[in-house]
Amino acid sequence: MSEHVTLTEGNVEKETTTINIGPTHPATHGVFQNIVELDGETIVSAEQTVGYIHRAFEKIAEHRTPYQITTLTDRLNYCSSPINNFGWIIACERLLEIKIPKRVDYLRVIIMELARISDHLICNSIVGVDSGAFSGFLYLMQYRELIYEIYEEICGSRLTTNMGRIGGFERNFTNQAFEKLEKFIKDWPPVLEEFDNLFVRNRIFMDRTIGVGPISAERALNYGFTGPNLRAAGVDYDVRIHTPYSSYEDFDFTIPVGSTGDCYDRFLVRDQEMKQSMEIIKQAYQKVQEFKGAEAEVFHADVPDYYLPDKKDVYTKMEALIYHFKIIMGETKMPVGEIYSSVEGANGELGFYFISDGGRSPYRLHFRRPCFIYYQAYSELTKGGLLSDAIITMSSLNLIAGELDA
Amino acid sequence: MYFNQILLNIDWPLFAEKLVLIIAVVMVSLFVAMYSTYFERKIAGFMQDRLGPNRAGPFGILQPLADGLKLFFKEEIVPTFSSKFLFILGPILAMLTAIMVSAVIPWGDKFHIFGRDVSLQIADVNIGILYIFGVVSLGVYGIMIGGWASNNKFSLLGAMRAASQIISYELALGITLIALLMVTGTLSLNHMVGQQKDQMWNIFRQPLGFLIFLICAFAETNRTPFDLPEAENELIGGYHSEYSSMKLGFYLFAEYVNMFLSGAVMATLYFGGYDIPFVNDANLVHSIGVNWVAVIEGAVFFAKILGFIFLFMWVRWTVPRFRYDQLMNLGWKILLPLALFNMLVTGALILLKQNHWHF
Repeated sequence: MSEHVTLTEGNVEKETTTINIGPTHPATHGVFQNIVELDGETIVSAEQTVGYIHRAFEKIAEHRTPYQITTLTDRLNYCSSPINNFGWIIACERLLEIKIPKRVDYLRVIIMELARISDHLICNSIVGVDSGAFSGFLYLMQYRELIYEIYEEICGSRLTTNMGRIGGFERNFTNQAFEKLEKFIKDWPPVLEEFDNLFVRNRIFMDRTIGVGPISAERALNYGFTGPNLRAAGVDYDVRIHTPYSSYEDFDFTIPVGSTGDCYDRFLVRDQEMKQSMEIIKQAYQKVQEFKGAEAEVFHADVPDYYLPDKKDVYTKMEALIYHFKIIMGETKMPVGEIYSSVEGANGELGFYFISDGGRSPYRLHFRRPCFIYYQAYSELTKGGLLSDAIITMSSLNLIAGELDA
Repeated sequence: MYFNQILLNIDWPLFAEKLVLIIAVVMVSLFVAMYSTYFERKIAGFMQDRLGPNRAGPFGILQPLADGLKLFFKEEIVPTFSSKFLFILGPILAMLTAIMVSAVIPWGDKFHIFGRDVSLQIADVNIGILYIFGVVSLGVYGIMIGGWASNNKFSLLGAMRAASQIISYELALGITLIALLMVTGTLSLNHMVGQQKDQMWNIFRQPLGFLIFLICAFAETNRTPFDLPEAENELIGGYHSEYSSMKLGFYLFAEYVNMFLSGAVMATLYFGGYDIPFVNDANLVHSIGVNWVAVIEGAVFFAKILGFIFLFMWVRWTVPRFRYDQLMNLGWKILLPLALFNMLVTGALILLKQNHWHF
């Protein structure tokens, strides 16, 4: 991967300095390590180490029922957990060939795009923090709070939401949820505009990020980059367009694309994606409001074998109790089959490779985690740059330790 | 015998007067530095749309005291493989050099007490600016020694950054000052203030010079966008990574003292020092007496300094920091030529004026 300077023991002629960035360095937002060889401040080589918070999710998933796996997926990229969550649910639904009502699809789109915004806003403001401008971060954080309040209204939790059910949602969106969504739609754009004013044309910020940690489209594709990091390099690949899921084909939006694949392009792509997400949310919200009568109350598909029944029904209805018991105890088996299903996670293509042997739990489940792939390229991206460049590259790749190590 | 004579010859009232002044100035510097931390956090809060400290006392005004107390009670850790003497010397030097600058700054004109004229400047040395320059240069030793003695690679990197940064920016600073000296013709800060009182503030005569001086002041005080030596995202704590307890407090404090005093220096050199703007001081002395004028002057001077402190903080919470090579480029390739250009233009203009040349 990288040629490290090796010297015999006791040799004092070494002219480079080895420092550890991580696992407990302020810039590694999470637990992962870089062993960096420095010549002055220039990086001679960097070697990545992963596995500090490896929790063997894929192995654990092999003896868990689908609903128990949702707790694992939420802890991959915890900045945008609903996307992981729905990604897994959608994979199950595809295997089960369940037809999802349009309203559920649109509601999911709203939540997933909110999650994308919350992820990108953290990433971009963290790039700001790592370049030394702290204010943007705390300023944006309180608007992430508005997103979390929407989650809270829908499912009761905030960070690891566990929001999806096979077939739809646990419960219908309340009016308060829609009110909070409206508030967010109204409050967020001007704030993002202010944030842009602080960074996008800021001379120091541009100097710090333009040409830093660049990757060509070819190299990015060779590594298997996806998501904003690939789009920043100039490839317009987006799962939402290429293999639409959750009715993304019903929406009108553009994919922002960069050209050089450096930190600045990645920043701008994320910035524009937040604006596009906002457009999608507005369209989806309008579509949701257009449903009339009984259709306007639909929040899950009619799949009693897999959709967890309402708790109230469990206590009062025999049938619901039976299904509840079956689902919780893993008595509802998954059909035999093999499926690769992916969604456009906030970080890139989040894939679920799911082999079912007809048992209660997957025979094998692989998460395609975009962070893990990005981190492979880190050594190449930082080589020859300065220490400060390495730090800012790390944050602009949006490496999230939970997803990196799974 | 000889010693006796010295004792006899000492002007004891002057001695007492200076002693009181020294203690007062040091206390005020420390107090302002202490409350600068509070204001920094409040201003940061304001800029980031949050509250800032508000628990300790009304509006959190006891927060700096609580912080100081906490630092005193923290365990002192000296790394095992550090150079112990130097490790302790580092923060002391940083603090000492920071405070020493205050000796030559004229805080006001004079009081008239007990039939004596009491000057509000500790030492009116005729090389005031050179003294400041020398002492400020010493400041880098505190950081260098501390960073080196910690025996930590991150600290060492921070120390190296600090040393190269301060040395690079001192050049531009020095040349800017030369241009200023050409205009004023004096090295004494008191004379400079007097001149600015009579004529106009130096900012109007040296606008470019002031700008360069301001940028260099940011670099000398290690404030964003020049806070590379302690860039916490890159170097953890920079030169003070290994420090704890009040030794860390000294480093943090020294930064704020530096900020306060560089504000004072800038106000003195370019903004008329304790000069009250739009007011003729001689008339004012007639109407309300010399003591009240001194009080007002002191207050005006402080207002100017606080303005600078606010500027320091405003910038800190707005812009990102430079990268190491960009910092060097700015210092050597932009500020230094600009300072030289400024000196050249200043010299040419002075020559023009002296010879009454007209075009």
